[in-house]
Amino acid sequence: MKSVINGSALRMRGIAIISLVGLLAACGTSSATDNSGTNTASAPGITATDITIGSTQPLTGPAAPGYSEIAPASNAYFVYLNQHGGVFGRKILYQYLDDGYNPTNTASATRKLILETKVFGMFSALGTPTHLAVVDYINTEKVPDLFVSSGCNCWNNVSKYPNTFGWQPDYTIEGKVLGQYIKQNLSGKKVGYFFQNDEFGLDGVKGLDDQLGSSSIASRQNYVPTNTNVGPQIAALQASGAQVVVSFSIPAFTALALLSAAKLGYHPIWVVSNVGSDVTTLTGLLTAFSKGAVGGQLLGGMVTDAYLPLVGDSSNPWIKLFKGIHDQIIPGLPWDGNVLYGMAQAYTLAQAFKAAGRNPTRASFVKTLESTKLSNGPGLAPLGFSSDNHLGYLGVQVATIAADGTETTTGPVYTSSDTGPITQYSGSASTPPTNGIP
Amino acid sequence: MVATQLLLGRVVRPTLGRHLLLALGAAAVLLLLSAQIGAYDDYNLTAVAIFAVAAAGLTLLTGLNGQLSLGHGALMAVGAYTASLLLKDHQLPVVVVLLIAVLTTGIIGIVFGYAAARLRGPYLAGATLTLAVALPQVATRYKNVFGGDSGLTVPPSVPPAWLGADFPPERWLAWIALAAALVTMVLLANLLRSSVGRTFIAVRDHEAAAALAGIDVARTQVLAFVISAACAGLAGALFGYWSGVTAPAGFGLGLSLQLVTAIVIGGLGSLAGAVWGSLVLVFVPALTSGMASTMNVPSSIANNLPLAIYGAILVIAMLVAPHGIQGALSRILAIVRARWGHTPAGGKKGVVDWDDPTPDT
Repeated sequence: MKSVINGSALRMRGIAIISLVGLLAACGTSSATDNSGTNTASAPGITATDITIGSTQPLTGPAAPGYSEIAPASNAYFVYLNQHGGVFGRKILYQYLDDGYNPTNTASATRKLILETKVFGMFSALGTPTHLAVVDYINTEKVPDLFVSSGCNCWNNVSKYPNTFGWQPDYTIEGKVLGQYIKQNLSGKKVGYFFQNDEFGLDGVKGLDDQLGSSSIASRQNYVPTNTNVGPQIAALQASGAQVVVSFSIPAFTALALLSAAKLGYHPIWVVSNVGSDVTTLTGLLTAFSKGAVGGQLLGGMVTDAYLPLVGDSSNPWIKLFKGIHDQIIPGLPWDGNVLYGMAQAYTLAQAFKAAGRNPTRASFVKTLESTKLSNGPGLAPLGFSSDNHLGYLGVQVATIAADGTETTTGPVYTSSDTGPITQYSGSASTPPTNGIP
Repeated sequence: MVATQLLLGRVVRPTLGRHLLLALGAAAVLLLLSAQIGAYDDYNLTAVAIFAVAAAGLTLLTGLNGQLSLGHGALMAVGAYTASLLLKDHQLPVVVVLLIAVLTTGIIGIVFGYAAARLRGPYLAGATLTLAVALPQVATRYKNVFGGDSGLTVPPSVPPAWLGADFPPERWLAWIALAAALVTMVLLANLLRSSVGRTFIAVRDHEAAAALAGIDVARTQVLAFVISAACAGLAGALFGYWSGVTAPAGFGLGLSLQLVTAIVIGGLGSLAGAVWGSLVLVFVPALTSGMASTMNVPSSIANNLPLAIYGAILVIAMLVAPHGIQGALSRILAIVRARWGHTPAGGKKGVVDWDDPTPDT
C-alpha cells in the first residue's frame, strides 16, 4: 500500500512544499523582529546550536607583530560570550586563517572559508591590500563582510560592495580631527608630514590637508614599508624647519622615525594617528630597535587620537570588562590596544547578531545592520551604519601621551565624514551590560 | 619560419597518438571528477593544474636541461601582470589573454635565456634569484601602472551562458586550467621524445660531448629557457584568474622556491613528477593550515605550526624518497616487476638498480 502514490497525492505534496517554501520566505523577511520560536539552520554557517564566522589575519609575516593578537582577542570575547549563553543560545565559532599579509594567500584562504568551511560571514579580515584582493569575490558570493580591520574608506561603498562594512573611523576622518587640533592648539608652528605611501597614508593626508590647507605644509615625506631606512625623510623634515610632524605610520615605522629624529637631535611635536601610536607596542619596538638604549621616554609629548576607551584607563567599565576577559582567557598575550581592538570588534558583532533576531539569513542580517541603530558599545563615537553608509565609528577624540607613557584624552569627541564638516559629539559614553554581553 | 615548421613537426609527429590518447583519457576523468566535487575542491584542482604547468616548464629546464632557475616565480608574475593589464580596460576571451601572456613571457624568456646560457651552476642560480627578488619591486616602484602593493584585480572569467546560470565559476576556471595543463603536457611530452628533447638531455649530461656531437649548446639552452618561461607565463596568467588579484607579494621568492620544491619532491625531470609535486604543493598546506585557530597552544607557536609541519613533511619525504614521488613509484613498480617475473628492460630478472630504477623518462 505504501508504494502507491497517485496523482492527487503528488499534487498535494507539491502544494505542501510550495506553501512551506512560501512560509520560509516569509520567515526570512520577518525574522529580524521575530525572536520567538526555535533555532533553525537559517543560513550557511548557522545551525541550531552555533554560528561559524571566518577571518583572514596576518598571524605570520611583516604585519604579525601586534596585529596577530587581534583575532585571538576577538576569539577570547566569543569564548566568554559562549560561556554566558551565546546569542539566542547559539555559540559563535571563530575560524581565522593566516594570510601572512599576502593578498594571494588572502584570496585562497577566503575561498576556503566561504566554499569549504561555509562560514556565515567574514569578520575582522585584516589589511587594506589583503582585503582589496577579495572584497569583489565576497560581494559576488553575497557573503556578509563585517568590520574589516582597516581604516581605508574603500569599505564604505554601498553600491559596489553592498555586503561590506567597515568598523574603525576611516583615516581621512582621523586626519581631519588631528588637523583641526593642530590648527587650534599648535597654530603658528610649521607642520610637516611623514606617511606610508599607500591608501592608509594618502587617505590620512587628505584629511590633514582639508584642515591645514595643502600649501602651508613645510615638507611631505613618505616611506614604503619594505625600506626601513627613514633617515633621509626625517633629515628632510628637520631641514624644512617643521616644528610639528604628523605621522600616518604603522608602529614599526613610528618607532623608526622617532629613533632617526632622536639621532639627529631633532625634537618636533609628534602627532601620530591611532594605528601607529599604541604605547605598549611602541615601547617594545623602541627598546628592541635601539638595543635597549632608549625606550618609552621618546613617546612623551606625543599627540594621537582614539575611538575606543584608552587601554590604560582602568576605571573605565569597558576596559574593566575586556581586561577581565583578557586576564581570564588569554593571559599569555599582552594587554594592549590590539587586544582591546579585537574584543571591541567582537562586541559589535555580538550586538549585530542580537539585533538580527533569532534566525537571520545573510540578506536579513545585512539589512538589520543598515536599519537598526546599534548602541555605541565601547566606542567613543556612534556607529554610522545605515543604508547609504557602511563606515563604522564616525569619530575620534584627541589624546596626549605623557613622559611616563600614560595617555589622556583631551577635548570633546568629534565626528565627521570624508567630505562633511567636523561636529562635536554631544552624546555620552555607554556602559556595558552587567554580564558583559549585549 | 622553416625553423618553427621543423620544431612543430618535431613536436607533433613521433608519439603524438599515444600522448593525445592519454590526454583525452585524463581529460575525461578530470571532467567527471570536477563535476562531482565541491566548489572549493574545484578551486584547489585549478591550483594543481596551474602549478603543474609551471612545474612542467621548470622540470624541463632544470631536470632535463640542467639549468637551475630560482626565478620562475617572477616569470609567472610577468604572465600574471600581462593578463591583469590586458583585462584592466578590455574584455578579452580567456584564450586570447593566455596566448598573449605566453608570448610576452616567452620574449622575456629569450632575454634572460641568453644571459642564462652564459652562466653555470651557482652563478646561474644567483642570476635567476636576482630576477625573483627584483622583478616584484618593479610593481611597487611603478605604482600607477602596476598598482603597487595592492596590485591589480583580475575580473573572473564568466562561464558561458550555455552551461546554465548556476554553473559554479570555480568549476569553469578548473576546466580552463586543466585544459591548459593537458595541452602543455602533450606538447612538452612530444617535445621531450623528439630530437630536441634528446639535445636537451645531451647538453645537461655533458656540454663538451654535446658540442662535439654537433649540438649548438647555447642555442639549446636558450630554447629550453624560452619554452620554460612560456610555461611559467601561462601558469602566471591562470594564477591571476585563480586568485583574482595580481600583487607583488604573491610572486615573491617563496613562489619560486615552491616551484623548485614541487619538481624535486615530485621527481626531477619527469612531467608526471611535476604533477605529483603540484599536488603536494596544494594539498599539504591545505591540510596543515587552519590548525592555528583550533589547537590549544600559545599563539606564537600555533601561528607558525602549519609552516613548520609543512617543512617537516618535505624533509621526511626527501629522506624516504630521494628521487621524488615519481622515482619512488618507479622503484616500487620495478620491485613488483622483479617479483612477478617481468624483466625490466636491460636488467636481469629479480635485480633492481636501487639508485636509478628506471632510465630517464
